[in-house]
Amino acid sequence: MSVVPAEVRPGGGAPAASGAAADAAGLGPRARLWPSLAAVYRAQLSRARVARIPLLCVAVFQSVGIMIMMRGVVDDGGSDARSVVAGSSVVVVAYVALNLLAQYFGQLRAGGGLDHYATLPVPPAAVVLGAAGAYASFTVPGTVVTAVFGCLLFGLPLGNLWVLVAVIPLAGAALSGLGAACGLLAPRPELATLLGQLGMSAALLLGVLPADRMPEVIRLARDLLPSTYGVEAYARTFGAHPDWTFVAGDLAVCAGVGVVSLAVATWAYRRAAVR
Amino acid sequence: MCAVRGLTKTYPAVRGRRGVPGTPEVRATDGVELDVRRGEIFGLLGPNGAGKSTLVRQLTGLLRPDAGSVRILGHDIVRHPELASRVLAYLGQESTALDELTVALAAETTGRLRGLPARRARAERDAVLEELGLGPIADKPLKKLSGGQRRLACFAAALVGERPLLVLDEPTTGMDPVARRAVWAAVDRRRAERGTTVLLVTHNVIEAETVLDRVAVLDRGRVIACDTPAGLKEKVAGEVRVELVWRDRAPLEVPEVAALHARAVEAGRRWTLRLAPEEARAAVATVTGGAAFAALDDFTLATPSLEDVYLALGGAARQGLVRT
Ligand SMILES: Nc1ncnc2c1ncn2[C@@H]1O[C@H](COP(=O)(O)OP(=O)(O)O)[C@@H](O)[C@H]1O
Ligand SMILES: [Mg+2]
Repeated sequence: MSVVPAEVRPGGGAPAASGAAADAAGLGPRARLWPSLAAVYRAQLSRARVARIPLLCVAVFQSVGIMIMMRGVVDDGGSDARSVVAGSSVVVVAYVALNLLAQYFGQLRAGGGLDHYATLPVPPAAVVLGAAGAYASFTVPGTVVTAVFGCLLFGLPLGNLWVLVAVIPLAGAALSGLGAACGLLAPRPELATLLGQLGMSAALLLGVLPADRMPEVIRLARDLLPSTYGVEAYARTFGAHPDWTFVAGDLAVCAGVGVVSLAVATWAYRRAAVR
Repeated sequence: MCAVRGLTKTYPAVRGRRGVPGTPEVRATDGVELDVRRGEIFGLLGPNGAGKSTLVRQLTGLLRPDAGSVRILGHDIVRHPELASRVLAYLGQESTALDELTVALAAETTGRLRGLPARRARAERDAVLEELGLGPIADKPLKKLSGGQRRLACFAAALVGERPLLVLDEPTTGMDPVARRAVWAAVDRRRAERGTTVLLVTHNVIEAETVLDRVAVLDRGRVIACDTPAGLKEKVAGEVRVELVWRDRAPLEVPEVAALHARAVEAGRRWTLRLAPEEARAAVATVTGGAAFAALDDFTLATPSLEDVYLALGGAARQGLVRT
């Protein structure tokens, strides 16, 4: 083997280049958290717009279909009607943030796509939060359409619909964190897809069907699922005098789960991307 | 600039699952030593499976070596893999992360994630797309492009947010000649203006001979030679490459042809021989006269290429290097 003498000049010689903030040791700049989070968010949102609109329509049709079916067995304006409408709306969030995001990260990891991010000086949290945020925002139109349709169908008041402004991001954070973690932790992409779909089905069944007629185990499972708290928070606001403390409490649970699951997802990303 | 010592990586054996056969343990890089100088276009040439990608993935901090060291601009990349992203830009063989973005957004986002402020990222994006002739397809998603165009778009992303070292893993795969020229022009310009160093992976012999300053020939995880392309070719300077293409089968009943057969590398109807000049003359005389000529479809004589160097050095693969 021919080894050519090393040209040893660590950090010496002419400065690397005209580069923006190249420091003495030839190191390029690091990307800071917020700007890179914004860049990932923007890129992911445009990705979702290009490729995922048909899937968002599927999610909306699914929820609308469920509500039409439930219309036959549930009375107007009652508490069951509230859970059906709230559950169907949150299922749209679950479909995109949990199911599609798990699928995306599973495929990205399997296809070597994480290498791209791992060779850029970007904080792991920016990649995970940017993607999760984009997927959650992407659900907004679908969730609103579903909610409005549901209110009209079951004769519920539209006055407190603004609460979706809090429900979507907080339920979105919890569900997309779970989705990202599933996608990044699953050993194979098929498994990531499967986990995402199971999570979505659970959110569907446990969120839409009125809880008080369920056996104890299912109620317990329902309490463990973060989307439940989004559904409850939203359902409470249909009442004539909603108890806002409880609404805030439910949303706080979503936020807490969101923080934990996004932290887990960030850890999973770091583990998957950085050897 | 970049010093590699004793770099070794073994992929563990994988047990087979239902329907998926297992793979044995593979030593993908085996005690690799390299020194890349500043401002150099340094190549890694080897057939598919030689360990080129495994080697560059260790240099870029993506893969932890089992043993050995990597220093780039004095930074220890084995101990601090996170520094790799601040001294080099990497173009891998996959484009999955960028596939659903438009060409412009892929370049801009990559620049932002390389730490450029927004305005600067946009300006560099525009300059690079212009330089590579990607303007007309800037608004198309990568997924909708041909393989070569997609590769060029990924190359553009690698150039936004300048780094002193560019690591390019088979950058020109699938590109037409125009795109290839754009790549080499962009590389040359950066080297001339900013002293950029380039580490290039290739299995294309012509590319290696024309664009590289120095080349390390890799075979089964080992560096079997490292020199300038001309210096390497010196090793086989006394030889001539003879290629024979037979119409349907070689006329082995002709004794001279049978004798050549023992020394030929066969690929279908094509025989490749490395011979001393007198031997080559005799071989040509044999096949262009008598019974052998009737069976001959085509023949060429050529001075040796890096492919001959690879074979002369004991390179094991009979296929996998390309000349296009
Ligand atoms: N992730 C992996 N797991 C197991 N074996 C691998 C893996 N990646 C590559 N290999 C094996 O290591 C060897 C070198 O591969 P690679 O570095 O991709 O070669 P090249 O880039 O030169 O074509 C090959 O035999 C390949 O099959
Ligand atoms: Mg390779």
